[in-house]
Amino acid sequence: MERILISDSPKSLEVVNKQIEKRIKKNNRLKFTFSLSTVFSLLVLMILLYRILLQSVGWLDWDFLKGMLSIFPEKAGIFGAIVGSLGLIMVVIPVTLILGVATAIYLEEYAKEGRVRDFIKINISNLASVPSVIFGLLGLTVFARFFNLGSSILAGGLTLSLLVLPIIVVSSQEAIRAVPGFLREASYGMGANKWTTIRKVILPVALPGILTGAILSVSRALGETAPLVVLGIPTLILRTPNSIMSDFTALPIQIYYWTLDTVLTKEYANLAAATIVVLLTVLFLLNSVAIVIRNKFQRNF
Amino acid sequence: MRFDTLEGNKMTDQNMIRKQIKNNIKNRKNISDRIMPVFFFAAASVSVFVTLGIVMTLIVDALHFFKEIPLNEFFSKSLAPLRKDPSFGILPLIVGTLSSAFIAMCVAVPIGLTAAIYLSEFASERKRKILKPIMEVLAGIPTIVYGFFAYSFVTPLLMKVIPGLGAKNVLSAGIVMGIMIIPMVASLSEDAMRAVPNTMREGGLGLGSTKMEVTKKIVMPAAISGIMASIVLAVSRAIGETMIVVIAAGSSKDLSLDVTQSMQTMTAYIVEFTSGDAASGTTGYYSLYAVGLLLFIFTLGMNLVAQYISKKYREVY
Repeated sequence: MERILISDSPKSLEVVNKQIEKRIKKNNRLKFTFSLSTVFSLLVLMILLYRILLQSVGWLDWDFLKGMLSIFPEKAGIFGAIVGSLGLIMVVIPVTLILGVATAIYLEEYAKEGRVRDFIKINISNLASVPSVIFGLLGLTVFARFFNLGSSILAGGLTLSLLVLPIIVVSSQEAIRAVPGFLREASYGMGANKWTTIRKVILPVALPGILTGAILSVSRALGETAPLVVLGIPTLILRTPNSIMSDFTALPIQIYYWTLDTVLTKEYANLAAATIVVLLTVLFLLNSVAIVIRNKFQRNF
Repeated sequence: MRFDTLEGNKMTDQNMIRKQIKNNIKNRKNISDRIMPVFFFAAASVSVFVTLGIVMTLIVDALHFFKEIPLNEFFSKSLAPLRKDPSFGILPLIVGTLSSAFIAMCVAVPIGLTAAIYLSEFASERKRKILKPIMEVLAGIPTIVYGFFAYSFVTPLLMKVIPGLGAKNVLSAGIVMGIMIIPMVASLSEDAMRAVPNTMREGGLGLGSTKMEVTKKIVMPAAISGIMASIVLAVSRAIGETMIVVIAAGSSKDLSLDVTQSMQTMTAYIVEFTSGDAASGTTGYYSLYAVGLLLFIFTLGMNLVAQYISKKYREVY
């Protein structure tokens, strides 16, 4: 090293150049390899979508959406599952919105810095990482057995609400925190009290962020399978649910049972694929709405 | 005299108005500023009650189980919950869980980390704006869809390479689970690396290092706490993952390390047993909660470790 630095003979220059070239080549090689890692995700996504679309072709039509469940694959439809999923969402939206936004308001506006606030925050972040099967066990014990709700839409919806609660709490917190302080001060300066300020100033400004979080949590709830299966949703339900207390099936559960039963009837794989296409389309639409809300209605101060 | 009374009247009027305003303000305060904080606090404590509820249900029903099955039998090799003379050794489930999680990490950590490095250090802003949302889409796909994908596509594909592969096997479940976790590792690690201040990179680049050398010697060491935390969280996610392993890894309860064959994980055991007819009150029913408790302890422990790592070893600039 020393020798190369001192000397300026052409030979040592050559050595240095060679080394630099080697390092740059290594840099470029690794850069390319690493870019492949990102492309890999894209590739998997394409294969997944392509495969599922391919398997659903010919099976996904209006009759499939409108039809009742059946053990005969040609006749089977998912109307009951769609209604069941809608019912679940009808429970999840009000429960998570009220609980989640209220929790966020408490943490951001009312709670003083200190142990209670830290405890609730840590608790929520831990809750977010509890496996969904465990929420299923909670729902089974508390809602299904203790409150005797059985495997009804209400029991499923409440279980899912608790599962997605951390998502909406965290996103509402972020939305409320982003409301600039001068708006609060202006409101207080006009003589408004705290609740009026929250209701008339903070919530309207934070609404787009809160809605985005709500949509994300709904789309998470729509795709969750494990907690519902643990609740003991029956395999084949032929009647369409007509109240919040009736037994039900939902889109992901239908996918689950059809996938399991492909061993018995091969065509069930096509039915599962067609149901997946329906589910993914709904999720895609929901997420697009969330993005539009975020970009269009979010005000920057 | 008359003038005086008028003045007096005016005074009392003013006083009355003052009083009324005071009362109004007081009333306003009474209704909303007293009730609302209580309501918000009650809502916030729901999350604490949920945690308590989870811990209580798991512990209470697991205790029923441990009354009948001693701990040393719980940590033994033979698992046959549905036999006439049932045995509840949980080791096969632990082995199944750890092997599927291990395979998932073998996929998720290298790909997720290198993707994070690319996105944070090399990609142009334009490329990042395209690639990141795609990864987020991958993270938003329900796990049941991944399960279907593993069972109906990855397993048949692997069968062509590995002849003895079972229709249900841990290998393909683990690989797909790894793919599912890539976005999580990538985005958490990327956040950690982007938090490293640019001045440090510029220092390295100014001394003549290549970007890769800067990444390896400066950015990675500075972001190591966040990267480690993301890996630990990913392990916890893999341990708790359910639908992929239920569908693609099957339900074999024999203790083995052969990943080309079926193995049952803890989560899959819970799903299999509840969707079957586990009558309330039997030992089999209570075994769900014992397994659930162990799973909860595993994931909670990993989560706490992740929080500890990111707090303790964070470099602050």
